[in-house]
This record gives sequence, C-alpha cells and structure tokens, in this order.
Amino acid sequence: MSRFREMIEMIRMALNAVRTHVLRSSLTILGIFIGVFSIIAVMTGIRVLQSNLETAMSGLGANTFQFQRFPAIRFDDNDWEKYLRRRRFYAADMKRVQEKSTLAQAVSATASFGVGEASSKFARTNPNISAVGVTPDGFITQSWTVESGRGFSEADDISGRRVCVLGADLAEKLFPLGSPVGQPVKFLGISYNVIGLLARRGSLFGQSRDNFIAIPLGTALRLYGQKLSLTIQVQAPGRETYQDVLEQARGAMRRVEPGIEDDFELVSNESSVGQFRSLTSAIRLGAAALSSIALLAAGIGIMNIMLVSVTERTREIGIRRAIGARKRSVMIQFVAEAILLSEIGGVLGVIAGIAFGNLICFFMQVTPIIPFDLAAIGLGICSAVGIIFGTYPAWKAANLDPIDSLRYE
Amino acid sequence: MPLIRIENLARHYVMGTETVHALRGVSLSIERGEYLAIMGPSGSGKSTLMNLLGCLDTPNEGVYELNGKNVARMTDNELADIRNREIGFVFQSFNLLARSDALHNVELPLIYAGLPPKERRERARATLANVGLGDRMHHRPNELSGGQRQRVAIARALVNSPSIILADEPTGNLDSKTGVGILALFEELSRRGNTIIVVTHEEEVALHSRRVIRIRDGLIAADEINREQRAVVDGAAVALAGITPLFIV
Ligand SMILES: Nc1ncnc2c1ncn2[C@@H]1O[C@H](COP(=O)(O)OP(=O)(O)OP(=O)(O)O)[C@@H](O)[C@H]1O
Ligand SMILES: [Mg+2]
Repeated sequence: MSRFREMIEMIRMALNAVRTHVLRSSLTILGIFIGVFSIIAVMTGIRVLQSNLETAMSGLGANTFQFQRFPAIRFDDNDWEKYLRRRRFYAADMKRVQEKSTLAQAVSATASFGVGEASSKFARTNPNISAVGVTPDGFITQSWTVESGRGFSEADDISGRRVCVLGADLAEKLFPLGSPVGQPVKFLGISYNVIGLLARRGSLFGQSRDNFIAIPLGTALRLYGQKLSLTIQVQAPGRETYQDVLEQARGAMRRVEPGIEDDFELVSNESSVGQFRSLTSAIRLGAAALSSIALLAAGIGIMNIMLVSVTERTREIGIRRAIGARKRSVMIQFVAEAILLSEIGGVLGVIAGIAFGNLICFFMQVTPIIPFDLAAIGLGICSAVGIIFGTYPAWKAANLDPIDSLRYE
Repeated sequence: MPLIRIENLARHYVMGTETVHALRGVSLSIERGEYLAIMGPSGSGKSTLMNLLGCLDTPNEGVYELNGKNVARMTDNELADIRNREIGFVFQSFNLLARSDALHNVELPLIYAGLPPKERRERARATLANVGLGDRMHHRPNELSGGQRQRVAIARALVNSPSIILADEPTGNLDSKTGVGILALFEELSRRGNTIIVVTHEEEVALHSRRVIRIRDGLIAADEINREQRAVVDGAAVALAGITPLFIV
C-alpha cells in the first residue's frame, strides 16, 4: 500500500487507541509535557532577555563598539578594585582614537555629567533626568534619530554652545503642547536652547530610554570640567572591516605593554551577548539536564504503556496479522502511537513553555518572542523519544505469532 | 497442478510433558474451483487444518504447496499478502475487533490491501448489505447477536474478493434461513470459480459441497465425492429460502 496512505491510516489508528485510554495516555503525556515545558520555558526566557539585551547594554548601532572603564555586566565583585584602578578616558584619548582609526566610519565620545531636574516655562520634572554630553558623531554611533530640528554640529561642539536635544519622553513632559525646538530648557541651573527632538527609542526592562537631555560634549567639558570621564564609541563601515577597525582603535587606546590585558573594557552588542550567553550557560545546562531526565523518565513511561498496550491488544494484533497486515504495518502502527503520545505532550509543552518563558515580558516590559526554532527542536525531540521508546514494544507487537495471538485471552 | 497440495501434514502441541497430536499426517489435493466440506467430531483437528491451509500456522511436519509454491519457503510478507488477497478466512470464533464497528471490521482487509478510504467504505458497505447487515454497519461486535457477528466475519472474509474461501463453521450460529442464505452466497462464489472449503458439523451443509472430507483423530478417515450436490440458488430452493438474489462483489 502506498506509504502516504499507510501513514494516514496508522495515525488514525493511533488516535483511536490514544482516545480509548484517555486517563492512562494523559499520565504518559504529562511526563513528556513536563520535560518539554521546562526546557522550552527556560530557553524562551533566556532568549527574551537576550533579544532585548543588545539594545539594553549600550544602545549601540550596528558594527559599533565602545571603550568604557567598567564592564557592562558584572557578576562577582572581586575584580572591582581592578576596574577602579583603571584610568579614565579624556578628550585626548578620543582624539588619538580618531586619528589612528583611519578605517572607522565614525568615532564619538559621550560623558554623563549629572542627574537632576529639568524645566521649561511650562513644566518641571522630577530630579531624575539623566544628562549626557556627546560629540556630533555620537548620533551615528548610538543610532539616534533626530525627529525634528537637528543634531549637533562641529561648531556646536567646538565653541561649546549651550544647545541641547531632548529624548521624546522628556520633551513631552516639558513641552506638552507644542514643539520644543527653539525653546529654552533649564537643567542644573543652566539654560540651553533646544535644537532637536530625538525619535522615540521605547522603554527597556521597564525603564524609559527617552527621558534624557543631551548637550554637545564640548559644552559639557567647559561647564563641568575637562576631568569628565568619557566613553568612546567607534563605528566600522561594515561587517568586513569591523575586525580591522577594532584592532586599530584598540591599539590607539591601549596604554599597557604588549601581552598584558587591555586596561579598558571593550563592549559591543556581540560581546555583550557573548557575555550574557556565558553567564546563562549554567542555567541553560541545568535546564537541559533537568528536561533530559524528565524526558528519559517519560520515555520509559511511554515504553511501559506501549508494552502494556501490546499485551492487552494481542488479539487485535493477531486479527490484523491474520487478515493480511504485514509485520511492518503493525510495527508502524505502534510506533505511530508512541510518537503520537509523545507529540501530544510535546505540542502542549512547547505552547505552555513559550507562554511561560514570555511571562517575564510582563514584568520587565520587553517584547515577547516566539522561538520557532526551539519549538521545532522540541517537537523533533518528542518524535525521537516516541521512536526510541516505541520501537521495542512495536517490534514485539509485529513479531507476535499470528495464531498464538488469536488464541490469546 | 492442484491449487492446494498437502503431504503428510502434522501438527502437534506440546503441553508441559504431554504432546497433543492435532494432525497426524494428512495428505490432500484440492483443485482450483472445488467446493469442499470438512467434517469430523469436535477436537478431530479441523480448525488446526484450516489454520495451516490459511497460511496462519506452520506444520511441524509435511509439505504444503499453494499454487505450486512451498509455503514453508515463503517470506513473512508473502504470507501476509496471501492472507490478505488470496484467502478469505472465516474464523470459528469470528475474531472481530471488539472496539471497532461492523463496517470498520469489514474494511480492515482493504486497509492493508491499500485501497483508498472511499472505495474501501463502499465495498465494505456493499458486502455487509450482501450478508443482510445493511442496517447494522455501526454496531460493535458486542452490540450484535452471535449470528450477526458470524455474518460480519463472513463479510470480512469476502470483501477483498479472495479466490479461496476458508470457512470454519460459518453457519454454526445461524438459523436455517440465514444459514441457507450464506450457503447460497458460497454457491454463487463457487459458480464463479472460487475455491471454497467449509468446516461443518451439519450434514445438511455438507450436502451443498461437491466433496466431503471426514477427519478423525487428526487423520483423514474418508474423502468422498458428493454426487447429489444440493443447490439453493436455482429455482424452487431460492424461493423457499426467501433469498433475494445476492449481489456479489
Ligand atoms: N493451541 C493449542 N494448544 C494445545 N492443544 C491444542 C491447541 N489447539 C488445538 N489443540 C488441540 O488439538 C486438537 C484439535 O483441535 P481443533 O481445534 O483442530 O479441533 P476441531 O476439529 O476444530 O474441533 P471443533 O469441532 O470443536 O472446533 C484438540 O484436541 C485440541 O485440544
Ligand atoms: Mg474447530
């Protein structure tokens, strides 16, 4: 008989068999469900965090890396002193990177210079507005989009003009009715003229990323002193040149003998993700181990239930063989049943796991994801479990002697 | 070349220290198209012989040639296909799938023959109607009377149009009217060239066959030609039995 029709037939038979033993089947299915659920939930959770991480770490643009004094994520504080001993970066460092990184597309520097209250003639905020000084190229390296008005020019930077651009949330608060461009804003007692409004970047992990004010770095240095510690961003023109640009810039930044580790932290979306991965690998491994054990137990459960089923249905098998079922057909029928049992648990586990893994989205206010690859792998594993643990019972069924099975009571 | 040739066929069962000799060396030739009855007392080995002829069981001794081919040398798949296509087996104990309705039971051989569902269903329906169960298609075996179950078993044996029909007590549970209907069915099949082997206790049933083999204690005691083969299908007999002409698939 045609393979396809045979498969359809066997699946139909398997469905019938599972239906006739709902309770018994459900218990087996529950085992698979737990195994698949645990791994999918954990992996989805990690994936959710990770997918939001790239933007979370630094808000860097594509092919961009950043030099900073402290690492982006830290888990143990043992190295804390090492970071504290590190030098700060100043304008001279940026200049040197700018000169040496001949391949770079953009080099910028930023400096946080305070957190405080901002006010316009319409409104004032809580004293929680962060402020940053940034060079003109910082708009490129940090993928800031100017929605109205303009960004900073070289002239703004060099002559230290008292101008600023506003994040979307801050602009909304200070200028609830009209455009902020051209209006004065006061921050930490100094008045700046708003020249641009930035496009909304959205919130991340529950935190607004649009609640800030930015002024030219040159202005910040004049007002708050040359000793402001900088963070330096470098953007490569493309993926191919990225590594070369990185080596050039790193060479310019290094202040230590060759062979000694960098005296700064190099952060990029890739390195952040990599760091995150290595930190979560233990969790990942634990989840994998747990779910492997659960699936193994569930697989043994499937084997057990299938062996019982084969014994119970000895007569049925005898009848099928007597009227012309080949061994192969009987075998496929029972393997299909095992796979079906396993896949029902698998599908439910995948759905519940993805839903549960995305729960953190509500708490952290990040975007949920549907990891299709994880779903496919989960279902694949279920099929494998069904095949591995269903084969022996099915083989037993197929090799029963027809006449003995017909006599079986 | 005979359709079936068995020589010295023996089958025994070992039960602990005891050995039960169900068949002690049976030799027999059956031509294509024969209508043959096997009779004998209970426990004489009739069902054992039928299981061997139906390629379900293997003998301990002797040779079984079907269509000139030694059955002992056939592969498992070949045997399965013969059981599916060549032989229609009516079991003494029916052997229906308890959890499936009559229609599905009759459909079963067609599933393994690889027929598409629609055709399968049609043929199963027609065959069930043919044995007078058109109104019991969706009853499970435990919702049917003994005679009705027997007829489902007969329908299942006939549905794939096998050329050989092996029926072990096919009228055992039937009233004489329905029994005659089944005999008429066999007669029609025989007329069309099918080979029919019926195990029976009833002389009445045996009278419809062309040849009667009597078995006693696992041996053939007699092998007689029935010169006055009785017919149910022509004329008066049919009218008497009240049989509507049967449609045979
Ligand atoms: N599986 C078995 N194990 C042991 N003995 C068996 C087995 N099957 C049949 N026998 C024995 O073989 C002998 C022949 O049995 P068989 O079923 O062929 O009889 P039969 O002629 O069909 O009888 P009946 O008319 O009652 O159906 C019997 O004595 C029976 O006890
Ligand atoms: Mg018998």
